[in-house]
Amino acid sequence: MHDTQLPTYKPKDFATDQDVRWCPGCGDYAILKAVQKTLPTLGRRKEDYVFVSGIGCAARFPYYMDTYGLHSIHGRAPAFATGIKLANPALDVWLVSGDGDLLSIGGNHTMHTMRRNVDINILLLNNRIYGLTKGQYSPTSEFGKKTKSTPVGSPDYPVNPLSWAIGGGCTFVARSIDIDVLHLEKVMARAAAHRGTSFVEVYQDCNIYNHQTWFYASQKKTRPDSTIQLEPGKPMIFGADSDKGLQMDGTRLKVVELGNGVSESDLLLHDETDRGLAFMLTQLSFPEFPEPLGIIYASTEQETYDHVVHEQIRQAIEMDGKGDLHKLLHEGETWVVEDD
Amino acid sequence: MSTDTDTAHRHVDTKPVDAVAIRFCGDSGDGMQLTGGLFTNTAALFGNDIATYPDFPAEIRAPRGTTFGVSGFQVQFASTDIFTPGDAVNALVAMNPAGFKTNIMDVEPGGIVIVNEDEFNKANFKKCGYEASYDPLDDDELNRRYQIVRVPMTRLTRESLTDAGMGAKDVDRCRNMYALGIVCWLYDRPLDPTIRFLDNFFGKKKDKPEVAAANIKALKAGFFFGETAELFPVRYQVARARLNPGKYRKISGNEATALGFVTAAAKANKQLVYASYPITPASEVLHTLSRLKRYGVTTFQAEDEISAVCAAIGASFAGQLALTGTSGPGLALKGEGIGLAVMLEVPLVVIDVQRAGPSTGMPTKTEQADLLMALWGRPGESPCIVVAPRSPSDCFDMAIEAFRLAVRYMCPVIYLSDGYIANGAEPWLLPDLDAIEPIQIEHPSETNNPDGTFLPYKRDPETLARPWAIPGTEGLEHRLGGLEKEADTGNVSYDPENHDQMVRTRAAKVLKAADIIPLLEVRGPESGDALLLGWGGTYGTITTAGDELREAGHSVSTAHLQYLNPFPKNLPDVLGRFKTIIIPEINLGQLLKVIRAEYLIDAVGINEMRGKMFRIADLVEKTLQIIGR
Repeated sequence: MHDTQLPTYKPKDFATDQDVRWCPGCGDYAILKAVQKTLPTLGRRKEDYVFVSGIGCAARFPYYMDTYGLHSIHGRAPAFATGIKLANPALDVWLVSGDGDLLSIGGNHTMHTMRRNVDINILLLNNRIYGLTKGQYSPTSEFGKKTKSTPVGSPDYPVNPLSWAIGGGCTFVARSIDIDVLHLEKVMARAAAHRGTSFVEVYQDCNIYNHQTWFYASQKKTRPDSTIQLEPGKPMIFGADSDKGLQMDGTRLKVVELGNGVSESDLLLHDETDRGLAFMLTQLSFPEFPEPLGIIYASTEQETYDHVVHEQIRQAIEMDGKGDLHKLLHEGETWVVEDD
Repeated sequence: MSTDTDTAHRHVDTKPVDAVAIRFCGDSGDGMQLTGGLFTNTAALFGNDIATYPDFPAEIRAPRGTTFGVSGFQVQFASTDIFTPGDAVNALVAMNPAGFKTNIMDVEPGGIVIVNEDEFNKANFKKCGYEASYDPLDDDELNRRYQIVRVPMTRLTRESLTDAGMGAKDVDRCRNMYALGIVCWLYDRPLDPTIRFLDNFFGKKKDKPEVAAANIKALKAGFFFGETAELFPVRYQVARARLNPGKYRKISGNEATALGFVTAAAKANKQLVYASYPITPASEVLHTLSRLKRYGVTTFQAEDEISAVCAAIGASFAGQLALTGTSGPGLALKGEGIGLAVMLEVPLVVIDVQRAGPSTGMPTKTEQADLLMALWGRPGESPCIVVAPRSPSDCFDMAIEAFRLAVRYMCPVIYLSDGYIANGAEPWLLPDLDAIEPIQIEHPSETNNPDGTFLPYKRDPETLARPWAIPGTEGLEHRLGGLEKEADTGNVSYDPENHDQMVRTRAAKVLKAADIIPLLEVRGPESGDALLLGWGGTYGTITTAGDELREAGHSVSTAHLQYLNPFPKNLPDVLGRFKTIIIPEINLGQLLKVIRAEYLIDAVGINEMRGKMFRIADLVEKTLQIIGR
């Protein structure tokens, strides 16, 4: 199919001629930019990318990417993505959608895609609100949140997307934040390189219906104390003066201050391949704990779904040869009626 | 292996008959489906025309001896061309009182009823709801009405297998072969095909030669019992049928559906991607296709019906032949996805093996009540092509047809099978694969706009189809979505005129399919008093009813629609040539509504929803009432 060597792409090669219609100041702009900057670095051909989305503000994403794209129906993007990989596993499929789409109406498909380990990349743009339908609470909204549909406060406890992903068997789980394009690019490049389902939660600001919901984690002033940047094999340090860290206390994590007999070597080291640790990290929430950013879990032990499916086909052909349709139709007991 | 079953020790007259309908019934664990299937094979291999109707209980293993655990299998075999498993049962084999109770009313007056006398005891009467003091075998009325033949099958099977070295339970499981042996004697059918099967299945496949030997022994014992016991004054013989010459196999609708779609993929030079969620009575299609990996088939058992249709659409977008399959409740769930396929204008085939509804309804029973849902059960104006196979073997042809239309017109095609033809079987004249036209698919590799851009919604003027450009093709990157499209560019558009035009274009495109679908054929005179118009699985019954009415001198023709949207071009012309249009359907009158609305014809319906096929006699009688004879 490809007769030439890989062209050198620039971010603008991935932009379409369509006007981007998100609200001015929406966090989605930065995420779009980060994606358009990341793709040229991945060494894939533009025509091999497929962006898939469901419904919602975030789901407009494919219209702004000059790749193949499918803006589907509410909640079902993971199923479309699975079908695309079944039909052509060589394609590089990215699924971009919001918290309502992927965790509420589409929760079922998200979960099953993760456990199958379909080789796709999922970007969850989490703004903890329904934007496109104008401001109802979402599955990630806080308990008690007052919105148009919950005038006296939401009675739902929120879903924790990353715990959910770890529990659902996802093989790559990470978190980033809309305003930090460099961090986003780094995380996305890792997600792209992962074989299997990669799930990246992006804290995204909806400046119309849920402005500042992530400000504690995104603003320069508060970010160092409210988040922790995970690095594989490195001690878990955070804080504006890098003076705090995470330690195991029995079966739980605790925050400790460095100094007074506590040194870096006493801190927990991050191990991306430890599912149990990963689950504990996903449970950390501000203000009791810093919230982890970066790659929380990455395992390459499990084969991808699309690989297994196509391997079964390959093996069936290797064992018994390519199917002969004539023989198949003539299987079983047959009889001949003579011309009389 | 051969048996010496041809030498009769006792002279019994043999009476030639044209057709016989036999029903085997018993507990769901009694092996009635196997017994019926083996008798069917025997008759088919002998050269009879056959048609079968398995009637499963809903429960996998209902409590033994209860009426809701009764499993039945009816086969009609004939020396003439037949279209149905038969109305009235000529011979019933009842392995227990529950089977007797639930099936006896379908036996023709004077019909043969062979019962396993050993099971007719007080405990079993109670289980199936007879009064403990009532033994139906002693009922004078029933004995006057039917030839009840009592055979102590349990005891005789045990006696014939005393030295088989098997436990009592295993010995008793051979009773169905004993019964089959009796029936093979009574209808003068050879035992060889059954012996061959038992040897292969139990002896080779399951590696239990002792089970094979015991079953064969029971089969022969039953046969010799028929011969020596003097219970039957006469044997019956059904001569070979004059079928079209060629090679045949027996096929059920679901098998033919699976094979048809595999063939379609081969003819299109594509992989078949089948995404489905298990549902009765469609699951067998998934089972069959999942075994055919070597034939270019990828199957996906999705987490639900919605995922199945969406994965299929994804596969279609990515360039393979995409198929999803379900029954009525699943079609309802797939509605939004199918609507998206209408909007994306990608080829997709949706199998709906209809069952009795609404809601869960009666999953193992048949109905035709999803037609209007197939035609209109989606939000907005979202027309689909709708086709319906009319018999088990026709499923093969219509499956190929469904994909031919889907890829030519870039739209979803709904394929309406039903439980009756899905599970029923008939002889299938094996097709010449080379004679099946290839399915032409062209994926563009070049842009289609002078300015060098690609227009994903630029249409072929003849078919109105848009180009099927697939991911991986350099320079044709484009976005599809559920939002309304601007003509040509496919960009999102809220322009009022554009929307009006796009809605009309999608509808016009589907109607274009009438250009290539075959014209409706009339069986019987081209004009007359009445036309019986049907669709789907009622073909055999309506056709037989029509033939009987004409034989009795009535001016009644029949026609059967395999294409429900669009209709064949000559349909209005055909309808106009008959004084009365009668539409028998297993629903409350769905095709009837469409015909009345579309053609302003005062058509009349014959409607029944019993979870079963019409009885031919009922159709004949109701038709006569309608035409006033």
